[in-house]
Amino acid sequence: MKKKIQSHMFFGIIWLVAGVTLAALVIIMGFILVKGVPQINLEFLTQEPRSMGSEGGILSVIVGTLYVTGVAVLLATPVGVAGAVYFTEYAKSGKIVDTVRFFTEVLAGIPSIIFGLFGFAFFVVFLGLGWSILAGGLTLAVMILPTIIRTTEEALKTVPMAYREGSLALGASKWYTISRVVVPSCKSGILTGVILGLGRAIGETAAVVLTIGGSLNMPFSIFDSTRTMSVHLYLLASEGISQEKTYATAALLIIIVFIINTIANAIGRRTVNG
Amino acid sequence: MKTNEKIIERVIQVSAAASVAAVALITIFIFVSGMPVIAKTGLYNFVTGTDWSPTSGTFGILPLIAGSLSVTLGALVIGIPTGVGCAVFLAEVANRRTAGIFRSAIELLAGIPSVVYGFFGLIVLVPAIRTTIVPLAQKINPDVSTSGFSILAGAIILAMMILPTIVSVSVNAINAVPQDYREASLALGADRRETITKVILPAAKSGIFASIILGMGRAIGETMAVLMITGNVAVLPKSVLDPVATMTGTIAMEMTYASPSHKQALFAIGIVLFVIIVLLNVIAQAVMKRFGGAAS
Repeated sequence: MKKKIQSHMFFGIIWLVAGVTLAALVIIMGFILVKGVPQINLEFLTQEPRSMGSEGGILSVIVGTLYVTGVAVLLATPVGVAGAVYFTEYAKSGKIVDTVRFFTEVLAGIPSIIFGLFGFAFFVVFLGLGWSILAGGLTLAVMILPTIIRTTEEALKTVPMAYREGSLALGASKWYTISRVVVPSCKSGILTGVILGLGRAIGETAAVVLTIGGSLNMPFSIFDSTRTMSVHLYLLASEGISQEKTYATAALLIIIVFIINTIANAIGRRTVNG
Repeated sequence: MKTNEKIIERVIQVSAAASVAAVALITIFIFVSGMPVIAKTGLYNFVTGTDWSPTSGTFGILPLIAGSLSVTLGALVIGIPTGVGCAVFLAEVANRRTAGIFRSAIELLAGIPSVVYGFFGLIVLVPAIRTTIVPLAQKINPDVSTSGFSILAGAIILAMMILPTIVSVSVNAINAVPQDYREASLALGADRRETITKVILPAAKSGIFASIILGMGRAIGETMAVLMITGNVAVLPKSVLDPVATMTGTIAMEMTYASPSHKQALFAIGIVLFVIIVLLNVIAQAVMKRFGGAAS
């Protein structure tokens, strides 16, 4: 009898914990969306910010976000995919591979503020790029590299060995096999990794705030200073500039990240099933 | 044709080495930028000094270390039981449909940017602590007062942020426990609760431990959310309702206006943070490797 009561209590607690977690998510998302979505309108999306962002929209911030994350993804994708190809197709297990893999894991664990410090010391000061889209994009590229390597590796591993053997047996070279058979047959898996990296880049604040400056002007070249939506949200919230604009920015940011992750999941699921 | 292949292989090798180069560059630049301050103050004085007044050139980061550790510890106290509970729920209790919904919810939680967590904490949690927790605490101790910016606020938000890490790694560990264990335990007359608490969780303990270490690394390294809700007062805290400044928050906030020597001190904090994080990751990886070996 006592055993039965204990059992009921145990599973009661487990359900409670799960329920609380779900509730926390609903409260956070619900609160931001309910307060923020009504503030998002055409003016907010198409006008440039005025008086430090307390009036007008966030057009220049959206453009800045596109620039910075675009630079990051464009730079990190080829390097990350090539790195993953090395791990799955070329590397023979051994000390060197273990070391490289260890460093990739370390890179994935480094907190974003350290990336920010590094980006500031290396890209902004040492390479003389100044606070700019390029410096921020490069910093983010280093940061999302492990995400792209890992996801691409997983995707490459799903390609059946028979594809490679078939291609090689037909007389194709190793590189021809990789570039025409292996990579094309898992390209949606690779795309998932790139999109996940994009999501990480858009949501990142600490690494960006130290490297892109934070100008509200419309950026024209990659050497201009700008701010991303995450940085804009941080500055609005911490300086208490405008409640409405802060809620609207937060809601827009959540919606964009949510859409990006949903797309990545949908593509990823299709790959697994197909 | 043959030389072409060789060149391509080289290019790919170099790309794979990019991670090594990145870690090396990060290490070099953080250390070179921060070392002068540590050399001048002395590592011991730097780490154990209780006075952080960068404008007057006194760099003691004990209050910042205490700040980081206290919010991290708080986050673990809330996050471990919740996270492991959720993992048990996902792996052993929920049916497929419920587990699917729950898994999406956890993924969603993992996708929320930290600055949004910070904003939520700032606008909801901090005022809530000020208006509800304080009157309760004052019934016990009338001297309690707080602005709401506190260890407690930081710990609650951080707990939510590390939950996805703890849950996903723990679920993998629980799923790796062989089905035979469950069947044998049930066949011996144990009920499901006893099977979970006395057989499955002990068998999965190294994986769960690794999840906790990883969560701890995330909590110590988290910046924006903590920066926005812990108050940023570099004084040793006395209670969970006191404000604290963390290592990460101090770097992010003070970098924007710091003088050159102050900047060096912030890089020196970066060194301490970097060493802590790398150590935690090495431990987690070692534990996971052992656990991976045991499971297969």
